[in-house]
Amino acid sequence: MDSASNSAIIEIKDLSKSFGKKVILDGFNLSVKRGTNVVILGKSGSGKSVLIKCIIGLLMPESGSIFVNEANITSLSEDELDEMRTKIGFLFQSNALYDSMTIRENLEFPLLRHWVDITREEVDRLVSEALENVDLLHTLDMMPSELSGGMLKRVALARTMILRPEVILYDEPTTGLDPVTSREIENLIMKLQAKNHTSSIIISHDMNCVKKTADVIVLLLEGKNYAEGSYEELSNSTDKNIKQFFD
Amino acid sequence: MKLFLRFKSFLHETGEVASFTGRFFSVGMRPRYENRELINQCYKIGYLSFPLVGLTSFIMGLVLTMQLRPSLVDYGVESQLPVMVGLAIVREIGPVITALIFAGKIGSSIGAELGSMKVTEQIDAMTVSGIKPYKYLVATRVLATTLMLPLLTILGDGISLFGAYLGVNIRSVTSIDLFFLQVFNSLDFSDVLPAIVKTLFFGFAVGIVGCYKGFSSTKGTQGVGISANSAVVLSSVMIFVIDLLAVQITELLGLN
Repeated sequence: MDSASNSAIIEIKDLSKSFGKKVILDGFNLSVKRGTNVVILGKSGSGKSVLIKCIIGLLMPESGSIFVNEANITSLSEDELDEMRTKIGFLFQSNALYDSMTIRENLEFPLLRHWVDITREEVDRLVSEALENVDLLHTLDMMPSELSGGMLKRVALARTMILRPEVILYDEPTTGLDPVTSREIENLIMKLQAKNHTSSIIISHDMNCVKKTADVIVLLLEGKNYAEGSYEELSNSTDKNIKQFFD
Repeated sequence: MKLFLRFKSFLHETGEVASFTGRFFSVGMRPRYENRELINQCYKIGYLSFPLVGLTSFIMGLVLTMQLRPSLVDYGVESQLPVMVGLAIVREIGPVITALIFAGKIGSSIGAELGSMKVTEQIDAMTVSGIKPYKYLVATRVLATTLMLPLLTILGDGISLFGAYLGVNIRSVTSIDLFFLQVFNSLDFSDVLPAIVKTLFFGFAVGIVGCYKGFSSTKGTQGVGISANSAVVLSSVMIFVIDLLAVQITELLGLN
């Protein structure tokens, strides 16, 4: 493995974030190597979603630094941050598809605004390709309200991938889905990662999803990186704070 | 204490609206422009509001004429009815009533639409894909309300005057040529221009307040309802405040 592929694509140092007097992240550290999937485990309200919202710049931390591709997110200008965001995909728990637009328009939306010189044929090709990857080409001209929960998740994944991001942040990708659809989404995540060579941070409570997708698991507890290791390492731990997630 | 907290919250919100307006100019007005969405919003905000504005304007002109007639008859100046109605409609009632109808229809619609997008994370989805929601959602809507309200007011004034013409003809006979000749003879530049210019500000206020309330929506579906409602209330108050300022300014400029 060469040094470029071994280097960290995301490096978080001493990250702190509070809401009023409530401390959410308290000196959190994390390193995500290129091509790896890191799963963040933690109880509800432990700050997992806050963490990935800080990485994408939706929330600004009080202190600490977040390096993505060696650029510090916390010190970028608004325009630089927008440029950086094209390299980071974000899959919302709620999918967040634009409900007044068709599936085609949802997928075209970022393309037409970032790749301004792109031709109509190229847009159509990329949109079709993205939907083919999630086996939903037939939904091209449908509205989001016409699709099921699992289909919406797959379309949201296709939209997330369309700008070819280097890193993808998944916020509970299988929450609210039935077990069969959850397995489909997990397989899709792995398939698209292998195809596009992306790195990921996945937030999940679904231990099947964690087992299937995680190269590294990080346990977020009281705002800190409490434990880090592979699924096997952490599942064999005798620490009660770790064990409770695997029992 | 409660009064102090309310005053503090009022000042805070005023600052937030000012900052939101500042972002409209600093972020929303920078290229690349969302021309297609602007045209789409002009259609939704302007064209689709026309039937409601037209109907209310017609009734307003008709009723105003019927209400004014008895008083003018008492003073023996019934012949001045077109002049009085024309001045009232063009200078004040037309712009203000159209703006209030517009605030009710468009202000609430923008507040609810953006509020719903906010609580379902669609605005965040735009942000994380590196697209400025201010440009796509706010700038287009505010520009559309600013451009469409003056047009609706001009059309509304015309329809209102036609309603007034019918109102005059209920009890007497006046030709349409004579009616409009009397109306236009009584109007001059200083009556029409300030009235139209102030509708630009009314439209801007409706757009900014609707977008601000939508963007600051919280607490799920209940929050969306509150956003829609407060967008109408605040923009209606703003219309009266701007109207008051407009009267003072036109008087200072000697246009009254």
